[in-house]
Amino acid sequence: MWPPNNKSLNSVSDNLIEIRDLSFTYGQRLVLKDINLSARRGQVIAIMGNSGCGKTTLLRLIGGALKPTSGSLLVDGVDMSQLDQAGLYRLRRRMGMLFQFGALFTDMSVFDNVAFQLREHTNLPEEMIRDLVFMKLNAVGLRGAHDLMPSELSGGMSRRVALARSIALDPMLILYDEPFAGLDPISLGVTGNLIRRLTDTLGMTSVVVTHDVQESLKMVDYVYFVSDGVIEAQGTPAEIKASRLPYVHQFVHGEENGPVPFHYPAPDYAADLGLAA
Amino acid sequence: MMEALLDSIRGIGRRTVNRVSRMGVAARFFLLVFLHSGPSFRRFHLIVREIFTAGVLSLIIILVSGLFVGMVLGLQGYETLQTYGSEEALGVLVSLSLVRELGPVVAALLFASRAGSAITAEIGLMKATEQIAAMEMMAVDPIARVVAPRFWGAVISMPLLAALFSAMGVLGGYLVGVVLIGVDEGSFWSQMQAAVDFKEDILNGVIKSVVFGVAVTTIALFEGYDAPPTAEGVSRATTRTVVTSSLAILGLDFVLTAFMFRGV
Amino acid sequence: MQRATLDLWVGFFVVAGVAAILFLALKVGNLGGFDSSETYAVKASFDNIGGLKARAPVKSAGVVVGRVAEIGFDPKTYEATVTLAVSTHYPFPKDSSASIMTSGLLGEQYIALEAGGDEKMLVNGDMLKITQGAVVLENLIGQFLYNKSDSTADAAGAEQAAQ
Ligand SMILES: Nc1ncnc2c1ncn2[C@@H]1O[C@H](COP(=O)(O)OP(=O)(O)O)[C@@H](O)[C@H]1O
Ligand SMILES: [Mg+2]
Repeated sequence: MWPPNNKSLNSVSDNLIEIRDLSFTYGQRLVLKDINLSARRGQVIAIMGNSGCGKTTLLRLIGGALKPTSGSLLVDGVDMSQLDQAGLYRLRRRMGMLFQFGALFTDMSVFDNVAFQLREHTNLPEEMIRDLVFMKLNAVGLRGAHDLMPSELSGGMSRRVALARSIALDPMLILYDEPFAGLDPISLGVTGNLIRRLTDTLGMTSVVVTHDVQESLKMVDYVYFVSDGVIEAQGTPAEIKASRLPYVHQFVHGEENGPVPFHYPAPDYAADLGLAA
Repeated sequence: MMEALLDSIRGIGRRTVNRVSRMGVAARFFLLVFLHSGPSFRRFHLIVREIFTAGVLSLIIILVSGLFVGMVLGLQGYETLQTYGSEEALGVLVSLSLVRELGPVVAALLFASRAGSAITAEIGLMKATEQIAAMEMMAVDPIARVVAPRFWGAVISMPLLAALFSAMGVLGGYLVGVVLIGVDEGSFWSQMQAAVDFKEDILNGVIKSVVFGVAVTTIALFEGYDAPPTAEGVSRATTRTVVTSSLAILGLDFVLTAFMFRGV
Repeated sequence: MQRATLDLWVGFFVVAGVAAILFLALKVGNLGGFDSSETYAVKASFDNIGGLKARAPVKSAGVVVGRVAEIGFDPKTYEATVTLAVSTHYPFPKDSSASIMTSGLLGEQYIALEAGGDEKMLVNGDMLKITQGAVVLENLIGQFLYNKSDSTADAAGAEQAAQ
């Protein structure tokens, strides 16, 4: 069994996530190539990039939902590609994932959603589960909403309940897939602060996939820029802000033209309009 | 011209191969559900919940349809039997047609469109909204936690619903035949009891409804689990559930009837 | 919905479903009526049982008093052996007779039990002495036609003799 035996080995490495020369293909299509990425324990790292560049794919690889085509991926010292189903499930009990729209179980109340993993994976008595659920809900400020159904929540509240649900078992790692998408500025700030605070107080590590440059640069420790399946740039927020790399500059400042063109590749405009001579 | 013909033949071949391979996948899925059923029996309240959604929520339509089918059988049967002067056999006609065929088949068809489509839509939406993926990320096997309880809840509900349908139908036939038209009550029941055999008719009817329940539920769960995670994908899967399971019910009914009552 | 309400509904549903199955078995089907523990077995041999089937009713004076339990064939006498299960509520004299009848012209066949005058009553395992097999319609028609042609032939013979 890996958790106790490898403990000493794990603690040698400061990095909770270690990705070396990872490539991934969907069928014939190369989605990620030669990714090198690491996340230190206790850090919040961000993965940024334009839509379709492979961020979600990378997150799913870290969560073990996909297997790398080549290269290695270590989480807490465990090689993900070597794990069988049981080993993967054992590792996932110490991982949380926040899906883009929360992915709350629609047939359960907020309380039952947060209690889900506690009931599935532990034999705790119901009173203790209740205390734990209220603690987690309190941490995201939604203790009062415990008996609402997911359909009665706003987008930001759903995201926070999902966050409470993913920290139910005090995981070592949380993966967030676009936690800010579709949130109003207030909810956005609240969610960003929550991620930072929970990471610090619970001693977790967080990997945030996001488009939102301004919000994430405020709270993360390290940023990776992915473009078209490769890591274009990386650095601390300060380094990123100061970066002169054209791609990063375009992204950070939201410019229309740059290395990422506004136009999808197309034949000559005039030709399409039938104006060709 | 030739090309178009070849193309369409190729299309038929491809679709056939697709269908057959999908059936293979569905069979493997069915086996998987069976293998993962242990935990849901240890937590029986999960199954109870699904008996509620599949069974209790289908009660109204089953009871009302059963009553009306029985009343129609009573009316039509009386008209026909009267010309041969054997109205007393009305009970036999109503009960045998219900217990052997109409009960299991019509109840299963109603079940497919009421509960089967709901199961497909629910599982499909759970997939489309990443609830299934979230469950997997929480180290909970969705086959064991979501699919297996629904399977058993529906499979347990089906024979009960079919029996309720038949019982309501017999009452409907009684209401029309005896209360309304005035067929002799004693011979209505006694002829029925003389003609309907427990093992031959009632038990075989129950067996039929169990088989239909397994077929409809497997199709509904598989279509939901296999649906493309989009609104359109889920709605098409829901339609496919109703169509496929109706065909499956009728086909299976023929096979079962041939085995049970003809002893092929 | 509250877990308790849910349980209540499901409980109600299961009870109703089981009650429906019982209703079908007892009231619609023939599982009720004669309990095999409350019957005594009587055997009878017939030269021909026609279309008689197991579980067919045994009637006396038109009232169902039992059922056909088993139908066998005796390879020594080449006759059919029918075992009747008669309700213990209805004792019959030892010299009662059994005949196979048809309800209506084309209806189901049943066994009619006619009480005799003996002091002693039938007990479990007894054999009925007097039996009357089924009337087979084909034989009846055949016989009728045969008699008809016979009598016409006779009539013709008589005519010839007169001439
Ligand atoms: N299941 C799949 N099968 C094939 N291609 C996929 C699949 N999922 C995603 N892709 C492709 O992989 C690329 C990366 O997708 P994704 O990781 O979701 O991007 P994003 O950075 O927007 O999250 C996209 O071009 C997408 O079309
Ligand atoms: Mg994405």
